Amino acid sequence: MYLTKEEERILGGESGEGTQKALELLVAIGDAYDSEKMIPVSRAHAASSGQEGDLYFVELLADGGARCKVPTSTNPVYDIPYFHKLFEKIPEDEADVARRVMEAYKRMGAILSWSCLPYLAENIPLYSETVAFSESSATPYVNSVIGARTNREAAQSALAAGVIGKTPLYGLHIKENRKGTHLVKVDANLKDEFDYTLLGYYVGRRIGYGVPVLTGIKRQPSTEEFINFCAMSNVSGAISMFYMPGFTVEASTAEEAFQGDMPRDKITVTNKELKQACEELQTTSSKIDFVMLGCPHYTLKQLEEVAKLLKGKKIHDGVSFWVCTSATAKVLAERNGYVDVIEKAGGHVVVDTCIDEPCWIAYKSKVGMTDSPKCAYYRRFKEVRVGRLQDCVEAAVRGK
Amino acid sequence: MKSSEIVLKCHKIIGGYGEGEALVSHEPICFYLTDPKTGIVREKDHELAGKNIAGKVLVFPSGKASSVVQIDGLFKLASHNVAPKALIVKDVETVLVVSAFMVKVPLVDRLEKDPFEVIHTGDFIKVDAEKNTVTIRKQKILT
Repeated sequence: MYLTKEEERILGGESGEGTQKALELLVAIGDAYDSEKMIPVSRAHAASSGQEGDLYFVELLADGGARCKVPTSTNPVYDIPYFHKLFEKIPEDEADVARRVMEAYKRMGAILSWSCLPYLAENIPLYSETVAFSESSATPYVNSVIGARTNREAAQSALAAGVIGKTPLYGLHIKENRKGTHLVKVDANLKDEFDYTLLGYYVGRRIGYGVPVLTGIKRQPSTEEFINFCAMSNVSGAISMFYMPGFTVEASTAEEAFQGDMPRDKITVTNKELKQACEELQTTSSKIDFVMLGCPHYTLKQLEEVAKLLKGKKIHDGVSFWVCTSATAKVLAERNGYVDVIEKAGGHVVVDTCIDEPCWIAYKSKVGMTDSPKCAYYRRFKEVRVGRLQDCVEAAVRGK
Repeated sequence: MKSSEIVLKCHKIIGGYGEGEALVSHEPICFYLTDPKTGIVREKDHELAGKNIAGKVLVFPSGKASSVVQIDGLFKLASHNVAPKALIVKDVETVLVVSAFMVKVPLVDRLEKDPFEVIHTGDFIKVDAEKNTVTIRKQKILT
């Protein structure tokens, strides 16, 4: 890999150990892909988490004096004061990891968004911009819906790119690698964002790794529908990019998306496949202890929807009701009165918080319901049933 | 009894030296689905289910699963001192590079021969990533 004089000096340790480690990681990735050189990135999103692995790397960089060179946003960990006031059982060692992770990102000058949808508000890439965005929904969303360019980054490689302001030239930074691989004919009735969740779940699992080109989509998907499709297809599979010609930006036809090549495979999705996917996500229990919404984080529009459904209702005594969102969305939801409605019904609207964090330990042996198969996938809970938002709210009110 | 030694060229991704008994998996590996304290593979229906990856030279096609769980999985193994000694893979991706970088375990690919043909579980393997070589000592008795 060709390195500039400046890059050589950073690797030699001239800019401090933290920056040196960041570039060492980027060079190792470049070597793995036979990358010829580094290219500039103008922003990054680090999928931070309150895990020991993340703590090790972010402290290695922060203690070594590294600072973010380009805007670098952060993923949710958990709202430490809020949860510790409510629950006594959160293990102190795990809480300490979360606290130190959040503190280290702050020292590095990251944008403390603690949001998994930074591309909506806190750190928005532009069309054709070169970026390094980790996080399951973020990678495909910025590649496909926005038309920026990012590889499927890990938290650490995205943070390293934010520190150096560069990434190795490989993968989805090269146009040829962005071509479609699988043709997905959608012949299903996609009503709402839950149907897009099921579509993402099915497409990710069927294709695994690839760039699907979806045809047959009849109307403009909403922001939330795109988010859910991205999050699920990149969890049940490894979909870093997709095309919906007419609705995503990079190719206006399927032919253009395949760059003249034939699809490697063709699949068709009908209502039957979506129904099957939904059935696979069910559990046997009927009584529930909690409802968990906001994985990925709920948008302002979704908070409004929850408030509408809960207006004048009371959540069942035996059920805790959680909605995770970003600090940015919560400010507006408070202003619009949505938070008040949800709280009056007995629910919580929490910021900065991910479903996969130790703050949820009180529910470890409990049964819950969610609209997100991604939430169920983390196994922080005994059992999680997956259903539409309306059904989640209804179950919360009835207790089953 | 005589043991034969084969030296093969490889491509270094994460440098360093590691040696140990080979453990071959034909299926992708998710480090999160191993017991972080012992290194025993807990993934049901996996080819290596019940086998221990601690101290082994792991030969496998690729990694799998989300970046957070994969990286944290290998990191937890390393912090309990039960990580593999070296990793030989066929298809490398970003997350696997980051995982190996974090725990300083040598990671190599592109062996000059198909690793699944020349390496068998139980062989003794030396991975010298700095020299771009993998040395295989067959444990079989040769006639």
